[in-house]
Amino acid sequence: MKSDPTVCVMGEDVGHYGGSYKVTKGLAEMFGDLRVLDTPIAENSFTGMGIGAAMKGLRPIVEGMNMGFLLLAYNQISNNCGMLHYTSGGQFKIPVVIRGPGGVGRQLGAEHSQRLESYFQSIPGLQMVACSTPYNAKGLMKAAIRSENPVVLFEHVLLYNLKEKIPDEEYICCLEEAEMVRPGEHVTILTYSRMRYHVMQAAKTLVNKGYDPEVIDIRSLKPFDLHTIGNSIKKTHRVLIVEECMRTGGIGASLRSAIIDNFWDYLDAPIMCLSSQDVPTPYAGTLEDATVVQPAQIVAAVEQICQ
Amino acid sequence: MAFRLARASSQLARRAARGRYGDPRPWLLGSAPPVLLVSSPAAAVGGRRGFCSVRRFTAGDSSAAAAAAVSEDDETENGFTDGDQVLDFPGGKVSFEAEMNFLPESKAERINCYRVLDDDGQTISGSRFQEVSKEMARKMYSNMVTLQIMDTIFYEAQRQGRISFYLTSHGEEAINIASAAALSIEDLVLPQEFANQCFGNKMDYGKGRQMPIHYGSNRLNYFTVSSPIATQLPQAVGAAYSLKMDKKDACAITYFGDGGTSEGDFHAALNFAAVMEAPVIFFCRNNGWAISTPTTEQFRSDGVVVRGQAYGIRGIRVDGNDALAVYSAVHAAREMTITEGRPILVEALTYRVGHHSTSDDSTKYRPVDEIEHWRTARDPISRYRKWVQGNDWWSDAEESELRKTVRQELLQAIQVAERAPKPPVSELFTDVYDQIPSNLHEQEQLLRDTIMKHPADYPTDVPI
Repeated sequence: MKSDPTVCVMGEDVGHYGGSYKVTKGLAEMFGDLRVLDTPIAENSFTGMGIGAAMKGLRPIVEGMNMGFLLLAYNQISNNCGMLHYTSGGQFKIPVVIRGPGGVGRQLGAEHSQRLESYFQSIPGLQMVACSTPYNAKGLMKAAIRSENPVVLFEHVLLYNLKEKIPDEEYICCLEEAEMVRPGEHVTILTYSRMRYHVMQAAKTLVNKGYDPEVIDIRSLKPFDLHTIGNSIKKTHRVLIVEECMRTGGIGASLRSAIIDNFWDYLDAPIMCLSSQDVPTPYAGTLEDATVVQPAQIVAAVEQICQ
Repeated sequence: MAFRLARASSQLARRAARGRYGDPRPWLLGSAPPVLLVSSPAAAVGGRRGFCSVRRFTAGDSSAAAAAAVSEDDETENGFTDGDQVLDFPGGKVSFEAEMNFLPESKAERINCYRVLDDDGQTISGSRFQEVSKEMARKMYSNMVTLQIMDTIFYEAQRQGRISFYLTSHGEEAINIASAAALSIEDLVLPQEFANQCFGNKMDYGKGRQMPIHYGSNRLNYFTVSSPIATQLPQAVGAAYSLKMDKKDACAITYFGDGGTSEGDFHAALNFAAVMEAPVIFFCRNNGWAISTPTTEQFRSDGVVVRGQAYGIRGIRVDGNDALAVYSAVHAAREMTITEGRPILVEALTYRVGHHSTSDDSTKYRPVDEIEHWRTARDPISRYRKWVQGNDWWSDAEESELRKTVRQELLQAIQVAERAPKPPVSELFTDVYDQIPSNLHEQEQLLRDTIMKHPADYPTDVPI
C-alpha cells in the first residue's frame, strides 16, 4: 500500500477493528479510512464494488470476514470477476485480490468452517492460491496484489498465530508454483494450507518407521503446478493427496483427475486421497476432529500405498 | 418546510464556521457547505454524532489526535438544547413521545414528477430547466431518431435470423439520449461498432464473447454489459469510489429498471453509496414492466424515488418521456454528486413500448391498445421534436433526410458486419487470464486437433 496508491482494502471491520483476525491491523491509521474501507454487511455488493473499482484502475483487496460468507458474493465473483476481462474483449481488467480466513477451525460451527476452494475452483478467469506459512503468506499476498488477474487467496483460521523469521525486504512467491517442503523417494504427498502441518507431523512418524516421503505444498490451487507435481511423481510413482475439502468435488478430486490425465504411465499404485467426509462440520470437538484428516490416518495411508 | 430548511442550513453554517464539517472527511471535493434544495430533517444531517462517539481516521493520524477530534460536546448538535427530552442511542439523538405512532406505509400523496414539456412539446409556464444550445438540442434529437431506427432495424434483423437476440428501447429514447447528453458530449457507441458487437464478428471490441447489445468500450468509459440484474450497481459505487480516491472531477452513472430495484444489490449499493458519500447517479428507468411483471407486483412503495430517503439519498422523480426534463435533472444530479460528494437517485417514469426482448411477446400479458397509446400519443421523440421545431431548430426536410441517411448507414453497417469474418478459434482462449496458462494451451491444441481431424463437423467460416 505504501508503494502503490491504487492498492486499497475493503471489507467488514477491516479499518478500525483491524480485521476479524487482525490481518489489516494498523492500516487504517496509516492510510486513512477511505483506503482501508469499512463496508456495510453486504458481501455480494462490496465484492461488486471492488470489481467496479478495479475496472476503473484501482487494485482492491476484498476481505471476506470468513471465506464462508463469500458464498454471498458468488454471483459477483463468478459472473463478473471471473468473466469481465473475457467478455469485454480484454478492455477491462479486474486485478482484485479476494482473501479471508477459511477452513475448519476450533469449534466454529458448520457455516464458519467452509472450504470454498472447492466451490470456486471451476470459475474460469479466477486464480486461486492457499498460503500456509508466514513466509509464503507474505510472498503470495504480494504476488496476488501485483497480478493482473483476479486472485482468491485462501488463508486458514488456525494458522494466523504461526511465527517465523522472514526477510524484511520485498520478495514474492510465484502464484503458479508449488513448494517442496520435504524431498523424498518413496511417495509424493500433495497437500496445502493447514493439512501441511498434519502431513509433516505424520512425516516424522513415517521417517521413524523407515519411510522417505516427499511432501509438496501445492499452494497454487488453480492452476495446479503440474510441473513440480509431475517431476515428483516420475520419481516416486506413488501419490497421496491430503486435503481438508469434502470428498465430493474438492481440490483433491480435481487434482487426482489431472494427475491421471497427465501421469498415468508413471503410477505404480492407485492415487489415494484423504479428505473430509461429505458432512457439514459439527460443533462438538470430538466430532469435528473426526471430520479432519489426522496424522495417524496419513501414516496408515502411506503404509498402505507403499506395500 | 421553510422552518426546517432554515434550521438545517443554520446548523450547517455553524458547523462550517467551527471548521468541523469537513474535518473527518478530507476527501470531500470542494469546501463550501452544500446548498440545500430540499428539506432534510435535522437529525438525519447531524445524526452521525451522538452519545456514542464514532472514531474516524484520516491518513497519517495518530490515534491520540483522532480521539481528540471526537471529544466535543454535542449539546447544540441537531438543534437540541439541554432541556429537551431526548434519547441518546447510537446513531444520534432522538426526541421521544409517549403516544404509540406507527409511520404510515406511504405518504398520503405520491411524490410529484418533474416535467418541463407538455404533451404537445410546449414548455410548461413557470418551468425551470437547464438551457440547451441549438447544437446540443439538434444532436440530442438526431441521436434519439438514430436510436429508434437502430432498434427497428436490428429487431428486424433478429427476426430474420441474422442475429440471435436483441432488446429495444422503444419509448425510452429520451431517457437514453438525454441523460447521456447531460454527462458528456462524447458520442455514444457508433453504429458500425454496434453492429459488429451484435454479429459477434472479428472487429467486435468484445471479440465475439458477449451476447448482442452487451457491449462495452474502455475508450468511452462504458463498462461491458453483464447479464445478471443489478450487479452493475455496486460496481458503479466501486467506480465512484475510485474517482473519489483519485479526486477526479467526474461521476459514475448506472442504469437499471424497475425490476432491478428488487435485487439485493440495489439496496446494498444505495446504502454503500450513501455511507461512503460516493459520486454516483443511480438512474432507474421505471417503465412499468419487468418482462411480464407489472410494477404493482414488483414493489408496494410509491415507486423507486421514495427509497432513496430510506438510505439517506437525495432523489427526484422525472417524466422520462420529456427529454428536456431528463437532461436537466441529470445535469443537476451530476453537479451535486461532484461538488457535494453524494449519490443521487433519479427515477424516470416511462413506458416500455416494445417487448422486453426478441424472446418476448408482450401482447400476451398486456392490452394492445395500451401499447399503441404509448407508442403514438406519448412518444418522447415526436414530443421533443415539436419543441425543437418550435424553436426553428429543425425542419421536416431535415427529418426525412436524417431518417433516410441513418437507415442507409445502419443497413450498410449490418451488411458489413454480417460479411466480416468471425473471430478465430484462438480467441476462445485468450483474455481468460492476462497470459494464457498451460492448461488452456493444451485445451486449445486439443480443439485444433479435433477440428483438423473432423473438418466436416465444424463451420468453414471460422478461422482456425
